[in-house]
Amino acid sequence: MNLAKKWDGLSWQEKREERFKQWLSPDVKFSTPQAEKLYKERLSRFIKAIKMEKPDRVPVQIPAGSFPAHYSGTTLRTLMYDYGALKKAWLKFIRDFDMDLYDSPGLIFSGRVYEILDYKLYQWPGHGLPSDISMHQFVEDEYMKADEYDAFIKDPFDFSLRYFLPRTWGTLAPLSSMTRFNSALGLPFQLLSLCANPDFQPVFQAMREASQELAKWQAVVSECSQLAKEAGCPSAAGGMALAPFDTFADMFRGTRGIAMDMYRQPDKLLEALEVVTPQSIESAVAAADMAGCPMVFIPLHKGADNFMSQKQYEKFYWPTFRKLLMALINEGCVPRRVADGSYNERLEIIKDLPRASVVWIFEQTDMTKAKDVLGDTACIGGNVTAAQLYTNTPQAIKEYCRQLIEVCGKGGGYILSLGSSVDRCNPKNLQAVIEAAKEYGVYK
Amino acid sequence: MPKDFISLLADLEEEEVIKLTKKRLEAGDEALTILEDSRKAMEVVGKRFAGGQYFIPELVYSGELLKQITELVKPHLVQSGDTKHLSKVVIGTVAGDIHDIGLNIVDFMLSVNGFEVYNLGVDVPVKKFVEKMKETSAPVLGLSGFLTLAFDAMKDTVEALEAAGIRGKMKIMIGGGQMDDEVRKYAKADAYGKDAMAAVFLAKKWIGDN
Repeated sequence: MNLAKKWDGLSWQEKREERFKQWLSPDVKFSTPQAEKLYKERLSRFIKAIKMEKPDRVPVQIPAGSFPAHYSGTTLRTLMYDYGALKKAWLKFIRDFDMDLYDSPGLIFSGRVYEILDYKLYQWPGHGLPSDISMHQFVEDEYMKADEYDAFIKDPFDFSLRYFLPRTWGTLAPLSSMTRFNSALGLPFQLLSLCANPDFQPVFQAMREASQELAKWQAVVSECSQLAKEAGCPSAAGGMALAPFDTFADMFRGTRGIAMDMYRQPDKLLEALEVVTPQSIESAVAAADMAGCPMVFIPLHKGADNFMSQKQYEKFYWPTFRKLLMALINEGCVPRRVADGSYNERLEIIKDLPRASVVWIFEQTDMTKAKDVLGDTACIGGNVTAAQLYTNTPQAIKEYCRQLIEVCGKGGGYILSLGSSVDRCNPKNLQAVIEAAKEYGVYK
Repeated sequence: MPKDFISLLADLEEEEVIKLTKKRLEAGDEALTILEDSRKAMEVVGKRFAGGQYFIPELVYSGELLKQITELVKPHLVQSGDTKHLSKVVIGTVAGDIHDIGLNIVDFMLSVNGFEVYNLGVDVPVKKFVEKMKETSAPVLGLSGFLTLAFDAMKDTVEALEAAGIRGKMKIMIGGGQMDDEVRKYAKADAYGKDAMAAVFLAKKWIGDN
C-alpha cells in the first residue's frame, strides 16, 4: 500500500486523528497499569479540549521554564552544565506536580554546547549574566544587515551558512569568507579544498566536540521524556516554529532593523517573509513527526497589541503567519500559540481559522474578551501571570483560577495554564493552580 | 500647499524632510530653529504614540530621521541652545535583565515631554542607581524590567536607596513586561506604570506639573 498517497488523501481532521492515536500510544513500557491509565486519561482530556469538546474536567498545564531548578534547590546554571542534576530536578518536578501535560527539559539547553560554539544569540547564567540568575536571555542585534534581503531571498540556506551562522556562532566565523557553496557537479574538489583550508580546522574540531557534547545532553533529555511517559505523563514536546515576521524581527533584524525595513523596504520584507514560510512549515512538521506529538509550539512576540498597528499586523504579520498555521493544520499538527503581552486587538483577525484547529495561550489578554470572540472557534488558555504567582498567596491564586474557569471553561475548549513560564515562586502557588482545575473544573 | 517641516517629520516623510532640512540650511535658517522645529515634531510623534496612532516602528523611524537631521544641522550650530527641562529623571533596566525596548520608549516619551532623562541602560547594578541618584538629585527614578527575575532586583534597588538614606528624596516608578501593581508592592516602589504614557503622567504628577 502506498502510505504517502494514503496520507495525502486524508482530511486535516483525519490526519490529526492519526497523530493523536500515535501520541496516545507512545513507544514505551508503562511502569504500572495505573500509569498507562493515567497517561491516556490525561492526554484524552487535553485532546478533547483542543477539539472543543467537554472533557471530564478542565485540563491543566504548567510550563516548566526553569522552575524545576529553583524547586530542587539548585540553579539554572547547574542544570545547564550538570545533566545528572537536570534529570534529577526534572523528575522531581514531574513527580510532585500532577499536570495533564508536561514540558520536556529540552529548553534547558546545554551550557557546554553553547560555550564550545561560542554562541552569541544568548547570554546565560555565568556567561554574560550573574551565575545565580534564573533564565537565559536573547541578545538582539542586526544579525542580518539591511542590504542582505536579496541574499536571503535568493538562497536562504546560503544566507544561513555564510552570513547568519558566522555572526551568531563564533566558532563558525571562518564560514563568512567561504565562496558560495553551490557545486553539485559530482566532483569533490570544492568541498575538499575547503576542508583543507587551515582556517577551517578549528571549525571541524568545534563541531565535533559540540556534537559529542550535544549527544550526552540529548541522551538525558530523552531519558527524562521516556521516564515521564512510563510514569504516565504525556509530553507536550512536538515541533516548534516562529511566526515568519518574528523570524525576521527577533532573529535577523532586531526591533530597530525591522522597524526601518517596514518603512524603507516593505516589499523586500514581504517577499522574504514568503520565502521563509515554507521552510518554517517543513521543519516544524518534521520535528512533530519525529517526536510523535502533533503539538507545534509557536511563541509570539512582535505582533502584540502595542508593537504595531492593526494595519501593520494585517499587512506584515498575519498573512504569512496564517499561511504557516494553515499548512500545519493541514498536516494534522496542532499549533499551540503562546501570545506574549496582550492580543486584545488581534482577536477578531486571528479568528479566521478552521474551528477547533489550534490552541491559543494568552499572557495578558483579557480572557473574557478572548472567550467572547474565540469561544466558538478555538481552544484557549493561559493568563495566570508570573507576577501573580510570585507575589500572591495560594488562596488568591486558587480563587483567580476559579474565576478563569468560570468564564473560560464554559462549554469546553479551555486549558487552565500559566500565561508564561515562571522561574521561581512559592511551589504551593503552582499546586493551587492544579487544585483549582480539579476542584472547580469538573464538567457535569 | 507643501507640507511644513514639522508635519513632514511628524508624518515620517523621510525624503521630503531631509530635502527640506538641506534647503533651510542653504537658505540660512538658524540651526537652532530647525532643532526646535524637530523637537515640536517629535512632540507630535509622542502624542500620536500616546493616542494609539503610532507604534514602535514609528518611534524607531522618527528617531532615525531625527538623527539624520541633527547630523545635517550640527556643523551649522554656533552655540548650543540652553534647553529648559521640566525636571531630571533617572531610568534604567535593573540588574540581571538586558531588555531595553520598553526602556527606550519611556526614554523617548519622557524626553519629548520635556524631561532631562538619564538613561543608564540595561543590567544596571544597584550601586550605579544609588550613585546616579546622589549625583543628579533627580526627584524621579524609573525602574524597568521584562523578566520575573527583575522582581527581586527592583526590590534590592529600592532597599539600597533606603540604606543610602536617600529613598525619601525621590519617587520611584516601575514598569515593563511582567511587572504589575503586585510587584510594585513587593518592590516597595511608589507606582507601577503600564506603559510609557503612564511614566510621563506619573513623572509630571510627582514634580507638580499637570
